Amino acid sequence: MSETLHLGTRKGLFTLRRGRSGWTIDRVDFLGHTVTMLLHDPRSDVLYASLTLGHFGSKLHRSDDGGNHWEEVAVPVYPSGAVIAMPSFDPNVPPSTKPASLSEVWALETAGHDRPNGLWAGTIPGGLFYSPDNGETWELNESLWQRDERMQWFGGGKDEPGIHSICVDPRDSRHVTLGVSCGGIWETKDAGESWSLIGKGLRAEFMPPDEQFKQEIQDAHRLACCRSNPDVMWVQHHNGIFLSTDGSNHYREIESAGPSTFGFAVCTDPNDDQTAWFVPAVKDECRVPCDAQLVVTRTDDQGASFQTLRSGLPQEHCYDIVFRHGLDVDASGQSLAMGSSTGGLWTSDNRGDQWDLVNGNLPQIYVVRFGG
Amino acid sequence: MVTVEFTSQLAQHVDCPTETLEAATIRELFDVVFKRNPQARGYILDDQDCIRKHVAVFIDGQLLHQRENLDTPLGPNSQVYVMQALSGG
Repeated sequence: MSETLHLGTRKGLFTLRRGRSGWTIDRVDFLGHTVTMLLHDPRSDVLYASLTLGHFGSKLHRSDDGGNHWEEVAVPVYPSGAVIAMPSFDPNVPPSTKPASLSEVWALETAGHDRPNGLWAGTIPGGLFYSPDNGETWELNESLWQRDERMQWFGGGKDEPGIHSICVDPRDSRHVTLGVSCGGIWETKDAGESWSLIGKGLRAEFMPPDEQFKQEIQDAHRLACCRSNPDVMWVQHHNGIFLSTDGSNHYREIESAGPSTFGFAVCTDPNDDQTAWFVPAVKDECRVPCDAQLVVTRTDDQGASFQTLRSGLPQEHCYDIVFRHGLDVDASGQSLAMGSSTGGLWTSDNRGDQWDLVNGNLPQIYVVRFGG
Repeated sequence: MVTVEFTSQLAQHVDCPTETLEAATIRELFDVVFKRNPQARGYILDDQDCIRKHVAVFIDGQLLHQRENLDTPLGPNSQVYVMQALSGG
């Protein structure tokens, strides 16, 4: 099981270590600054922290020694003239555009074992970037950026659209699948040279009836794929849970999953394609845990049934929400960690059957990741 | 000579000492500053070379309202302050 856990929070990067009496905070970096994304690269043991500074924009820092020393590296920069759509809600006013500028690195992933220095970054407002050199330089993926459908993307939860999930196929690093809010599921099989819009069967309840199955506007809150069987992919969608067993080409909706199918986060067991975890909330317009009780739901049979796991979690007047990057499972599939919108951190070493509160007074937690 | 001074908030991220230099516009001033200190660019300008939404530039006590207009002229002895805006924190 993993011995290290990293948290990106509203007030810094927290690193926790597993000890005899549980997890303890070992160090805090970038205290006072907002860390919205992080990555531990298992290929090189390098740690990345993406800061979203209120005044001065998005910055990326890299550490080669577990956080003892940090170096600022480049962030993705949108090329001159790049624009995003400004949707019009007045039928008499045509949509317009506005200049694209990096708002946030929303996804950061390694590019596969055969690209040892390669990184993918998904960003708000919707650009996918590749770095061939551990973040020293970044290049916008033009083939996705130039797709006409991108101009129909729009923000979900954020003002502008963003790429929040990047799944690199462990069998073939040229095969990459993206989740976009709100822009659907996209796939490349040639390392980004060309892209296909996939995800048939996803349903957007927030659209007019004739538009609900339109693929390019789906609000996948989070996309997760199973490492041992990457054709199995789960989407925690804005209005439900969806499962694909053919690499996101087709989805079926899971209509019942414990107290609610609304939520943000999903994790899959890397060693068992039957198992996935979710953290439900009431619904879109009431983003709190059902009955003010924090629970995790788990399926062990690809969605045929769900268990509602609540042991160790607050069951009275709890209003913690776990956002899309706030839930993680380690490589063993046994340990889970989740961090909440109000600074609660819980861990489990038995697949979610029992949870332990690590700390209930942390800053807002944006991202939780094992590793290092 | 134009004097440019940066908010002390910037110093925790990138060193931006007060400078006195020759510049006829804000663009010329930033060009000189960023040539010496390339890292500072991304803290003050966005991807499209506009002044960041939550950065405020004052020229002789007047707030520069047009974030995209770097051709705003400077006087021969202008005082320029690059501050963090009260929004965005």
